[in-house]
Amino acid sequence: MKKDQFVYVTYIRTTPEKLWKALIEPEFTRKFWVNTTQESEWKPGASWKIKAPGDMITDSGEVLEIEPPRRLVLKWRNEFRPELKAEGYSRLTYELEKEGKSVKLTVIHEMEKEGSKFIQAVSNGWPHILASLKSLLETGESLEETREWPREACK
Amino acid sequence: MRMDAIFKALADPSRRKLLDELHKENGQTLSELCEHLEMTRQAVTKHLVLLEKANLIAVVWRGREKLHYLNPMPMHEIYERWIGKYERHRLQALSDLKRGLEQKKTKKAKTK
Repeated sequence: MKKDQFVYVTYIRTTPEKLWKALIEPEFTRKFWVNTTQESEWKPGASWKIKAPGDMITDSGEVLEIEPPRRLVLKWRNEFRPELKAEGYSRLTYELEKEGKSVKLTVIHEMEKEGSKFIQAVSNGWPHILASLKSLLETGESLEETREWPREACK
Repeated sequence: MRMDAIFKALADPSRRKLLDELHKENGQTLSELCEHLEMTRQAVTKHLVLLEKANLIAVVWRGREKLHYLNPMPMHEIYERWIGKYERHRLQALSDLKRGLEQKKTKKAKTK
Protein backbone atom coordinates (compact mmCIF):
# COMPACT_ATOMS: atom_id res chain seq x y z
CA MET A 1 0.00 0.00 0.00
CA LYS A 2 1.17 3.49 -0.86
CA LYS A 3 1.58 5.83 2.03
CA ASP A 4 2.32 9.45 2.74
CA GLN A 5 5.53 10.02 4.57
CA PHE A 6 7.78 12.88 5.53
CA VAL A 7 11.32 12.53 6.76
CA TYR A 8 13.28 15.26 8.53
CA VAL A 9 16.92 14.98 9.48
CA THR A 10 18.66 17.61 11.53
CA TYR A 11 21.99 17.62 13.35
CA ILE A 12 21.96 19.24 16.78
CA ARG A 13 25.01 20.06 18.89
CA THR A 14 23.87 18.37 22.11
CA THR A 15 23.75 14.92 23.74
CA PRO A 16 21.09 12.25 23.10
CA GLU A 17 20.02 12.54 26.78
CA LYS A 18 19.41 16.30 26.57
CA LEU A 19 17.62 15.99 23.24
CA TRP A 20 15.39 13.23 24.60
CA LYS A 21 14.37 15.44 27.52
CA ALA A 22 13.75 18.39 25.23
CA LEU A 23 11.40 16.32 23.05
CA ILE A 24 9.08 15.26 25.87
CA GLU A 25 9.45 17.45 28.96
CA PRO A 26 7.07 20.39 29.43
CA GLU A 27 9.67 22.99 30.43
CA PHE A 28 11.35 22.42 27.05
CA THR A 29 8.42 21.76 24.72
CA ARG A 30 6.67 24.96 25.89
CA LYS A 31 9.60 26.97 24.55
CA PHE A 32 9.95 25.56 21.03
CA TRP A 33 6.65 23.74 20.38
CA VAL A 34 4.21 26.66 20.38
CA ASN A 35 3.66 26.62 24.15
CA THR A 36 2.32 23.05 24.24
CA THR A 37 3.05 20.22 26.66
CA GLN A 38 2.84 16.45 26.28
CA GLU A 39 1.34 14.06 28.76
CA SER A 40 2.14 10.38 28.97
CA GLU A 41 3.54 7.78 31.35
CA TRP A 42 6.10 7.16 28.62
CA LYS A 43 5.94 3.38 28.46
CA PRO A 44 4.70 1.06 25.70
CA GLY A 45 0.91 1.12 25.48
CA ALA A 46 0.56 4.31 27.54
CA SER A 47 -1.74 7.02 26.25
CA TRP A 48 -0.15 10.17 24.94
CA LYS A 49 -1.47 13.65 24.28
CA ILE A 50 -0.45 17.18 23.36
CA LYS A 51 -2.06 20.02 25.31
CA ALA A 52 -2.23 23.60 24.10
CA PRO A 53 -2.74 26.53 26.49
CA GLY A 54 -6.19 26.40 28.10
CA ASP A 55 -5.96 22.59 28.40
CA MET A 56 -7.15 22.05 24.85
CA ILE A 57 -6.07 18.62 23.61
CA THR A 58 -4.73 19.12 20.11
CA ASP A 59 -3.39 15.64 19.37
CA SER A 60 -3.58 12.26 21.05
CA GLY A 61 -2.53 8.67 20.66
CA GLU A 62 -0.35 6.05 22.26
CA VAL A 63 3.28 5.17 22.90
CA LEU A 64 4.10 2.27 20.58
CA GLU A 65 7.84 1.87 21.21
CA ILE A 66 10.10 3.63 23.65
CA GLU A 67 13.83 3.20 24.12
CA PRO A 68 15.36 6.26 25.81
CA PRO A 69 17.40 8.09 24.60
CA ARG A 70 17.38 6.44 21.18
CA ARG A 71 13.94 5.73 19.78
CA LEU A 72 10.35 6.75 20.35
CA VAL A 73 7.39 5.70 18.21
CA LEU A 74 3.95 7.25 18.71
CA LYS A 75 0.48 6.61 17.35
CA TRP A 76 -0.76 10.11 16.64
CA ARG A 77 -4.08 11.65 15.66
CA ASN A 78 -5.12 15.27 15.36
CA GLU A 79 -7.99 16.14 17.72
CA PHE A 80 -8.98 19.71 16.92
CA ARG A 81 -9.52 19.81 13.18
CA PRO A 82 -12.38 17.47 12.21
CA GLU A 83 -11.15 16.92 8.65
CA LEU A 84 -7.74 15.83 9.97
CA LYS A 85 -9.13 13.76 12.84
CA ALA A 86 -11.26 11.89 10.30
CA GLU A 87 -8.10 10.53 8.66
CA GLY A 88 -7.32 8.52 11.78
CA TYR A 89 -3.95 7.63 13.25
CA SER A 90 -0.55 8.44 11.84
CA ARG A 91 2.78 7.11 13.05
CA LEU A 92 5.60 9.26 14.32
CA THR A 93 9.13 7.98 14.82
CA TYR A 94 12.00 9.83 16.48
CA GLU A 95 15.46 8.36 16.13
CA LEU A 96 18.44 9.85 17.95
CA GLU A 97 21.97 8.86 16.98
CA LYS A 98 25.14 10.30 18.39
CA GLU A 99 27.49 11.48 15.64
CA GLY A 100 30.68 13.06 16.96
CA LYS A 101 29.74 16.09 19.00
CA SER A 102 26.24 16.19 17.57
CA VAL A 103 23.10 14.13 17.59
CA LYS A 104 21.45 13.17 14.32
CA LEU A 105 17.72 13.49 14.87
CA THR A 106 15.50 11.74 12.33
CA VAL A 107 11.78 12.43 12.48
CA ILE A 108 9.49 10.30 10.31
CA HIS A 109 5.80 11.11 10.16
CA GLU A 110 3.71 8.71 8.10
CA MET A 111 0.14 7.76 7.32
CA GLU A 112 -1.12 4.61 5.58
CA LYS A 113 -2.98 6.68 3.03
CA GLU A 114 -2.15 8.66 -0.08
CA GLY A 115 -2.86 12.39 -0.26
CA SER A 116 -3.19 12.75 3.52
CA LYS A 117 -4.24 16.25 4.57
CA PHE A 118 -2.86 15.60 8.03
CA ILE A 119 0.63 14.78 6.73
CA GLN A 120 0.43 17.87 4.52
CA ALA A 121 -0.56 20.00 7.52
CA VAL A 122 2.21 18.75 9.82
CA SER A 123 4.78 19.05 7.03
CA ASN A 124 4.40 22.82 7.29
CA GLY A 125 4.92 22.77 11.04
CA TRP A 126 7.76 20.31 11.56
CA PRO A 127 10.63 22.26 9.92
CA HIS A 128 9.79 25.24 12.11
CA ILE A 129 9.46 23.28 15.33
CA LEU A 130 12.67 21.33 14.68
CA ALA A 131 14.65 24.45 13.71
CA SER A 132 13.49 26.03 16.95
CA LEU A 133 14.41 22.92 18.97
CA LYS A 134 17.91 23.03 17.44
CA SER A 135 18.22 26.71 18.23
CA LEU A 136 17.05 26.20 21.82
CA LEU A 137 19.54 23.42 22.52
CA GLU A 138 22.48 25.12 20.81
CA THR A 139 21.98 28.71 21.88
CA GLY A 140 19.57 28.53 24.82
CA GLU A 141 16.94 30.42 22.85
CA SER A 142 14.15 29.08 20.71
CA LEU A 143 12.85 30.89 17.60
CA GLU A 144 10.45 33.65 18.56
CA GLU A 145 7.60 32.60 16.27
CA THR A 146 7.41 29.12 17.87
CA ARG A 147 6.93 30.29 21.46
CA GLU A 148 3.20 30.94 21.40
CA TRP A 149 0.25 28.88 20.28
CA PRO A 150 -0.97 30.46 17.00
CA ARG A 151 -4.36 32.00 17.71
CA GLU A 152 -5.88 31.32 14.28
CA ALA A 153 -5.26 27.59 14.71
CA CYS A 154 -7.66 27.36 17.68
CA LYS A 155 -10.77 27.98 15.69
CA MET B 1 31.07 24.26 6.90
CA ARG B 2 27.58 22.85 6.60
CA MET B 3 26.20 25.80 4.58
CA ASP B 4 29.02 25.42 2.04
CA ALA B 5 28.05 21.80 1.44
CA ILE B 6 24.43 22.82 0.93
CA PHE B 7 25.19 25.58 -1.59
CA LYS B 8 27.72 23.39 -3.42
CA ALA B 9 25.20 20.59 -3.68
CA LEU B 10 22.60 23.02 -5.03
CA ALA B 11 25.01 24.49 -7.58
CA ASP B 12 24.47 21.65 -10.05
CA PRO B 13 21.43 21.42 -12.38
CA SER B 14 21.28 17.60 -12.27
CA ARG B 15 21.18 17.64 -8.49
CA ARG B 16 18.46 20.29 -8.50
CA LYS B 17 16.54 18.11 -10.96
CA LEU B 18 16.87 15.19 -8.55
CA LEU B 19 15.44 17.34 -5.74
CA ASP B 20 12.57 18.39 -8.04
CA GLU B 21 11.85 14.74 -8.80
CA LEU B 22 11.68 13.99 -5.08
CA HIS B 23 9.46 17.00 -4.55
CA LYS B 24 7.05 15.51 -7.11
CA GLU B 25 7.21 12.12 -5.48
CA ASN B 26 8.96 11.65 -2.18
CA GLY B 27 10.57 8.39 -1.12
CA GLN B 28 11.88 7.04 -4.44
CA THR B 29 14.43 4.30 -5.01
CA LEU B 30 17.55 4.78 -7.14
CA SER B 31 15.92 2.88 -10.04
CA GLU B 32 12.80 5.04 -9.89
CA LEU B 33 14.91 8.20 -9.90
CA CYS B 34 16.95 6.96 -12.88
CA GLU B 35 13.77 6.55 -14.95
CA HIS B 36 13.21 10.32 -15.11
CA LEU B 37 16.78 11.35 -15.77
CA GLU B 38 19.05 11.06 -18.75
CA MET B 39 22.03 10.01 -16.70
CA THR B 40 23.80 6.79 -15.98
CA ARG B 41 23.00 4.97 -12.76
CA GLN B 42 26.53 5.70 -11.53
CA ALA B 43 26.12 9.44 -12.14
CA VAL B 44 22.81 9.49 -10.27
CA THR B 45 24.38 7.57 -7.38
CA LYS B 46 27.22 10.10 -7.21
CA HIS B 47 24.81 13.02 -7.09
CA LEU B 48 22.69 11.33 -4.44
CA VAL B 49 25.74 10.82 -2.21
CA LEU B 50 26.53 14.55 -2.41
CA LEU B 51 22.94 15.50 -1.68
CA GLU B 52 22.88 13.15 1.29
CA LYS B 53 26.16 14.58 2.63
CA ALA B 54 24.66 18.05 2.44
CA ASN B 55 21.65 16.66 4.35
CA LEU B 56 19.37 17.78 1.51
CA ILE B 57 18.04 14.27 1.21
CA ALA B 58 17.45 11.65 3.87
CA VAL B 59 17.69 7.92 3.29
CA VAL B 60 15.36 5.41 4.89
CA TRP B 61 15.69 1.66 4.45
CA ARG B 62 12.51 -0.32 3.86
CA GLY B 63 13.55 -3.97 3.85
CA ARG B 64 16.19 -4.15 1.14
CA GLU B 65 15.03 -0.99 -0.59
CA LYS B 66 16.78 2.30 -0.05
CA LEU B 67 14.28 5.15 -0.25
CA HIS B 68 15.30 8.76 -0.82
CA TYR B 69 13.38 11.57 0.84
CA LEU B 70 13.63 15.29 0.39
CA ASN B 71 14.83 16.71 3.71
CA PRO B 72 13.34 20.18 4.18
CA MET B 73 15.55 21.11 7.16
CA PRO B 74 18.55 22.66 5.29
CA MET B 75 16.20 24.63 3.03
CA HIS B 76 14.52 25.90 6.15
CA GLU B 77 17.89 26.93 7.58
CA ILE B 78 18.67 28.80 4.35
CA TYR B 79 15.32 30.48 4.62
CA GLU B 80 15.94 31.49 8.23
CA ARG B 81 19.47 32.68 7.48
CA TRP B 82 19.11 34.34 4.07
CA ILE B 83 15.49 35.13 3.39
CA GLY B 84 13.63 35.47 6.67
CA LYS B 85 16.08 37.96 8.11
CA TYR B 86 16.19 40.31 5.12
CA GLU B 87 12.89 39.85 3.43
CA ARG B 88 10.34 39.15 6.13
CA HIS B 89 9.15 42.74 6.49
CA ARG B 90 9.04 43.39 2.78
CA LEU B 91 7.21 40.12 2.10
CA GLN B 92 4.81 40.93 4.91
CA ALA B 93 4.13 44.34 3.34
CA LEU B 94 3.44 42.67 -0.01
CA SER B 95 1.08 40.11 1.44
CA ASP B 96 -0.73 42.82 3.45
CA LEU B 97 -1.12 44.82 0.24
CA LYS B 98 -2.47 41.77 -1.58
CA ARG B 99 -4.93 41.04 1.22
CA GLY B 100 -6.03 44.68 1.35
CA LEU B 101 -6.66 44.82 -2.38
CA GLU B 102 -8.48 41.52 -2.45
CA GLN B 103 -10.72 42.54 0.43
CA LYS B 104 -11.60 45.75 -1.39
CA LYS B 105 -12.45 43.73 -4.45
CA THR B 106 -14.78 41.35 -2.61
CA LYS B 107 -16.42 44.28 -0.81
CA LYS B 108 -17.06 45.97 -4.17
CA ALA B 109 -18.39 42.76 -5.65
CA LYS B 110 -20.77 42.40 -2.71
CA THR B 111 -22.15 45.94 -2.94
CA LYS B 112 -22.85 45.54 -6.66
